[in-house]
Amino acid sequence: MITENPPEPPVTATLVVALIGNPNCGKTTLFNALTGLRQKVANYPGVTVEKKVGSFITQHGSEAQLIDLPGAYSLLPQSPDEAVTRDVLLGLVPGTPRPDRAVCVVDASNLERNLYLATQVLELGIPTIIALNMIDLAQANGDEIDIAALSSRLGVPVIPCNATKREGLPELRIALSARLEVPPDVRVPLPPLVEQSIAALTWELPPSDDLHSAPVRALLLLMLSDERSDAIADGLGWHGLTPRFRQARAALAEKSPNWAEGTIGARYDRIGEITSAVRKQADDRSASSYDRTDRIDAILIHPFWGWLVFLGLMTLLFTSIFTIAAYPMDGIKWVFDALGSLVTSAMAPGDLRSLLTDGVIKGVGSVVVFLPQILILFLFIGLLEDSGYMARAAFMMDRLMHGVGLHGKSFVPLLSSYACAVPGIMATRTIEDPKDRLATILVAPFMSCSARLPVYALMIATLFTVEASAWTKGGILLLMYALGTLVAFAFAWLFKRTLLRGEPPALVLELPPYRRPSWKTVGLGMLDRARAFVRRAGTVILGLSIVLWALAYYPKSDAKTRDEQVAQSYAGRIGKALEPALKPIGLNWKIGIGLLGAQAAREVFVSTIAVVYAVGGAEDTDAKEPETKSVAEALRADRWPDGSMVFTPLVCFTVMIYFVLSMQCVSTLATVRRETNTWRWPLFVFVYMTGFAYLASLAFYQGGRALGY
Amino acid sequence: MDEPSSAASDRPPEGTLDALAPGSHAVIVRVDREQPGLKRLLEMGLVEGTKVHFLRTAPLGDPMEIELRGYRLSIRKQDAAHIHVRPA
Repeated sequence: MITENPPEPPVTATLVVALIGNPNCGKTTLFNALTGLRQKVANYPGVTVEKKVGSFITQHGSEAQLIDLPGAYSLLPQSPDEAVTRDVLLGLVPGTPRPDRAVCVVDASNLERNLYLATQVLELGIPTIIALNMIDLAQANGDEIDIAALSSRLGVPVIPCNATKREGLPELRIALSARLEVPPDVRVPLPPLVEQSIAALTWELPPSDDLHSAPVRALLLLMLSDERSDAIADGLGWHGLTPRFRQARAALAEKSPNWAEGTIGARYDRIGEITSAVRKQADDRSASSYDRTDRIDAILIHPFWGWLVFLGLMTLLFTSIFTIAAYPMDGIKWVFDALGSLVTSAMAPGDLRSLLTDGVIKGVGSVVVFLPQILILFLFIGLLEDSGYMARAAFMMDRLMHGVGLHGKSFVPLLSSYACAVPGIMATRTIEDPKDRLATILVAPFMSCSARLPVYALMIATLFTVEASAWTKGGILLLMYALGTLVAFAFAWLFKRTLLRGEPPALVLELPPYRRPSWKTVGLGMLDRARAFVRRAGTVILGLSIVLWALAYYPKSDAKTRDEQVAQSYAGRIGKALEPALKPIGLNWKIGIGLLGAQAAREVFVSTIAVVYAVGGAEDTDAKEPETKSVAEALRADRWPDGSMVFTPLVCFTVMIYFVLSMQCVSTLATVRRETNTWRWPLFVFVYMTGFAYLASLAFYQGGRALGY
Repeated sequence: MDEPSSAASDRPPEGTLDALAPGSHAVIVRVDREQPGLKRLLEMGLVEGTKVHFLRTAPLGDPMEIELRGYRLSIRKQDAAHIHVRPA
């Protein structure tokens, strides 16, 4: 590529290889097969796109670095993911070297659309190998692809492979070891006016030897076609050129309004020439190609059976999250309780012991305890995604989602948010349109996450003096989940008509053939997610646990019992200061302390309340989780100064409604900050959700009072 | 390059993709330039002369599933209304 200086020799001896390809082309499977567990996941600077880098050994024994670029349909990006793919190939991403080589994964059973991206990559002049993946599928479809002919047409090596069965991997490694030539001068034909426009732009560039080379032409075409390409010009040091691109676009739009169509059509024409020369298709191709998928789809997207399967899968997912996960969660709780007791018995009483047991161990425990749910959630999502079902779920749900202004792909993030909004919000990255994505992020925290469950359980236990039937309890729970979901949809609808107004781009959802999911892909995906969750949520929750511990521990007093100590601590004072605001919704200062505790993670509400109400008060049992039942009894016994009951059924419901609607989770806010790159949106989420929660609770409580409850 | 096709008077005899009956085959004539996300639709292969097969709609009536160039794609009817086709 042109720079003002002569090309520099590579800084590192390690070969840097970029792995690029369409979504669903088997790129991740190939990446996992080549690198195994030698992978690192980080973020590209300034954007929320995952950077996956692995190392592998070439056939000649030298180590190489493999960058798994986000799946892209084109180098004309429609999403932050696709923009990163383009920018890495152009060497414009700080901290990521420009790849020495590219492996372009092409799905042999979907040759034309995959070659669209491949030809764009080849034009950029990076030494490239085509990994012709899923060659078995193409053959099963009755396609015969002449590998040698394809290779000579494209001017680069073509390695047929089948990543799921590890076929073709040695050949790929050998090809990567070999010296690779820069692809020959590949030039896709362009409409004459576009060609002229690019030629004119060439003369505006800083002088260089390769001004008239194919890569420069390809780069100028990319920049000309993309209204948002100003950053590329800056990155390449072509300052002052952006107005020229704008002028050129305006001129083209006037002289040849469908120049974009002509340009894209010309590339497909070229691809058509290539494929018709190298591929022999069986006459009855349509009979074989999607046969199995059609048979599966006959059930899975059937107007009746399809919904039944969908509901069944969702029920299975929730049951697993809430019942199967309970066992490892109990185990984790037990381990952390034991750890707390161990520290309590091994250390003399004092600030440090209290910090360790009530701050650190409790804080770490309250993060780790969610891991089983997160792992189960991502096992499901991974299996559904890798098999191709998730695309069908989005297909079936799009009508509903679109009705409230969301996107079919909003479905997965919202679903994940029932477990935890942190992975849910991270999962919005698959939504290309920034407005659709933001709307999903803004409402995802309304979905009742599992951290709210202990609070609901406590309030339901407080409601009934006699143990209620499972049906009653389940019914109340369902009501709370439904409330959160309905409010989420209502706000999405509102946001898309106010803040985030604007015509959303077309839904372009590929429905890939069903495949047997790869355990390796699913397993590694689960690990990735779990790591990201611990890192993101963990650091925030731990830090906040320590702050909250300090608020409840200081200033110290001569108080004999913990509840007296907490009452006069900073936390107690904050609770009392909040009481004037809490009284209108039926709550006292003790709940205020609980709400303060809930800022770390909502379920901390229960243990904080237990401390304030002196349940299991002795210091020795600090780290133990109190029984919901005994806390509920203590709550029922609480009275206002005038002797009236604090936790009337109305108050219990008000607390639940407040917890459904309010934004209490600092980890979620930190995640929103990360994903939107500004403090404006997390602040907005906090204010609008908490404000709405307060107003709704107020209306509910005062309404209930007026009705005599 | 063609003349701007905004002149409604000389439209060729064609329909739009959303108006087809499920199961029918068609050939793409053009996509309206006003269509949001036009470039991506084109890049996915919905260019002039491409054969499409309208397979079915989703259970709730929208979006629709089409097959083109050997793969399957889902688009909304409101977007398909901007894709002009002629019967194959």
